[in-house]
Amino acid sequence: MATILEVKNLRTQFRTFAGVVKAVDDASFRIDEQEIVGVVGESGCGKSVSQLSVMRLISRPGEITSGQILFEGQDLMKYEANGPEMRSVRGAKIAMVFQEPMTSLNPVLTIGRQVTEMLELHLRMTKDVARGRAIELLDMVGIPAAETRLDDYPHQFSGGMRQRVMVAMALSCNPRILIADEPTTSLDVTTQAQLLELMKEMIGKFNSSLVLVTHNLGVVARYAQRIYIMYAGRIVETGSCKDIFRKPRHPYTIGLLRCVPRIDEQEGKTLDSIKGLPPDLIDMPRNCAFLPRCPYAIDRCRVEPWPDLELVGDEHYARCFINPEEMQR
Amino acid sequence: MSAQGKSETGSRSHTQGDNVILDVRNLKVYFPILRGLLRRKVADVKAVDGVTFDLERGEIFGLVGESGCGKTTVGRAIIRVYKPTEGTIVFEGQDISTLPEKDLGPLRSKMSLIFQDPYSSLDPRQAAGDIVGEPMLTHKMVKAKSEYRDRVDDLFRMVGLDPGMGNRYPHEFSGGQRQRIGIARALACNPSLIICDEPISALDVSIQAQIINLLKDLQARFKDLSYMFIAHDLAVVKHISGRIAVMYLGHIVEITTARELYRNPVHPYTRALLSAIPIPDPYIEETRERTILTGEVPSPLHPPPGCVFHRRCPAVTPDCSKVAPTSKEVSPDHWVACIRI
Repeated sequence: MATILEVKNLRTQFRTFAGVVKAVDDASFRIDEQEIVGVVGESGCGKSVSQLSVMRLISRPGEITSGQILFEGQDLMKYEANGPEMRSVRGAKIAMVFQEPMTSLNPVLTIGRQVTEMLELHLRMTKDVARGRAIELLDMVGIPAAETRLDDYPHQFSGGMRQRVMVAMALSCNPRILIADEPTTSLDVTTQAQLLELMKEMIGKFNSSLVLVTHNLGVVARYAQRIYIMYAGRIVETGSCKDIFRKPRHPYTIGLLRCVPRIDEQEGKTLDSIKGLPPDLIDMPRNCAFLPRCPYAIDRCRVEPWPDLELVGDEHYARCFINPEEMQR
Repeated sequence: MSAQGKSETGSRSHTQGDNVILDVRNLKVYFPILRGLLRRKVADVKAVDGVTFDLERGEIFGLVGESGCGKTTVGRAIIRVYKPTEGTIVFEGQDISTLPEKDLGPLRSKMSLIFQDPYSSLDPRQAAGDIVGEPMLTHKMVKAKSEYRDRVDDLFRMVGLDPGMGNRYPHEFSGGQRQRIGIARALACNPSLIICDEPISALDVSIQAQIINLLKDLQARFKDLSYMFIAHDLAVVKHISGRIAVMYLGHIVEITTARELYRNPVHPYTRALLSAIPIPDPYIEETRERTILTGEVPSPLHPPPGCVFHRRCPAVTPDCSKVAPTSKEVSPDHWVACIRI
């Protein structure tokens, strides 16, 4: 499948009083047509900021300091963040679903107003046509009695329903890419399953690609075809979903896979926790940021700067010096 | 619903005797909705509507369910933050469900709570050492200043914190460390029961395992300590608990051992809950059959008649909306509330 988005050497920084926070540091990734890509990491690893950078939604004190964002052959970095070119891409061609369905809808506007706004703005529909389309969209994402619910306000919807509205809005302009930033984290397990199935079905229908930003390894295992693992602002490992889970090559990935309880695990198993804390993103050392927590670290890790992503398998890259046999322990 | 059937629900066949530390029977907690000038009661939110279970000394008992199912309310009623509307709570041989407020002091030194959010559950103006030590002063557990200080240092070490950090304030700690402070505070009075209400869901993935392991280690160290582990994540609950109760809309639908719950789930809700949890292994997920529930959890203000789950149940029968199920023992230690069984 052809690549629709390619991000090269993206750096996004936040200037704070305490110093410069390198939220995303030299990250490169790509999204192909009609694929589901998982971006996995803990809070503060840069997974959300990298996606917000693609949308050019970084505001002061944040700043994209370098990099290219190639979307359909054009570099989005050449455009003003609030200029007309960027506005015609944002929401229309690259759409986003945010984590908090409680705060990402405007509480004083009806659901209908918020869905039709997108259609009127991007697709230049008239009010009546937009309303008809909004009903279709809400119907598609499984909101019962969509026609009457259109005049309700967000507080009259449950969390799961609000997130369905967000999905309907995001898909309303038939985007090439849908970025879902922790779309189900604040929802219940059974609602979570409903919503993820819905998103998968919808992007299939619209021939879009989906970027799933999440900390939940189970979710990416089920839905993603390719995965990027991020730690301390960098991509530490990437590859096909199956390779990452079966042949993880970065100690952080290995640690993540071993530290979550699995529903199918043997009783009495102890969890291998990752010791220590994620690093402070100000004044990061030049060598590997995972070094203080790494159980396999060798002398070379302490001396040399953090290596680049190196090919370790078929389309499988990792940023680590350590011999894989050392990690079998 | 026969009184007989109800009273035995969830109790284990072999139990009774000294080993049961907590025995909850037919617990109901309703929150009244008051309207109008005279604040007349117009309805009840039936947060917990008749739950029965018991806990043995040294056991880790998991309570799992989705938001609004009443799991937190059960925990809070046990520690008497809420007064039960109906039912009995026998803790260490004493019925505490109707104890007047003034007699609750001693009880609360034997039971403690660990909260979900380590950011809002610690007083930002109190130093960590004082937070951990305060329960001992409240319950007059220590006599001399030096004893107090030694005990606080001990508690810090127990939860893996450096006692030298006692003078720092909560904002100087990370989320995981704050949760450790919360755990140290819960341990301060040597409780026999700790109610852990979603203790890890606000933490990062790599930190969650540290806290789970800490809780397990502490329990292994203090053999008589029991936990009631309340959470929405069944994988986590299964990992830590010996027995698990699954709650749905104010009712316990299934109680059994963690192993049995995973191997032989009987209630349709338990099955759906298990299948909704993705397994972090793409090869398994590829071929896994899943039941995705339709609809959402109904409001506890207007619970459906009959079985509260019938509107979402994939195995619903016409009788499900008419008959409220009672809990039956389908195999030793395995109780299920479903009329189809």
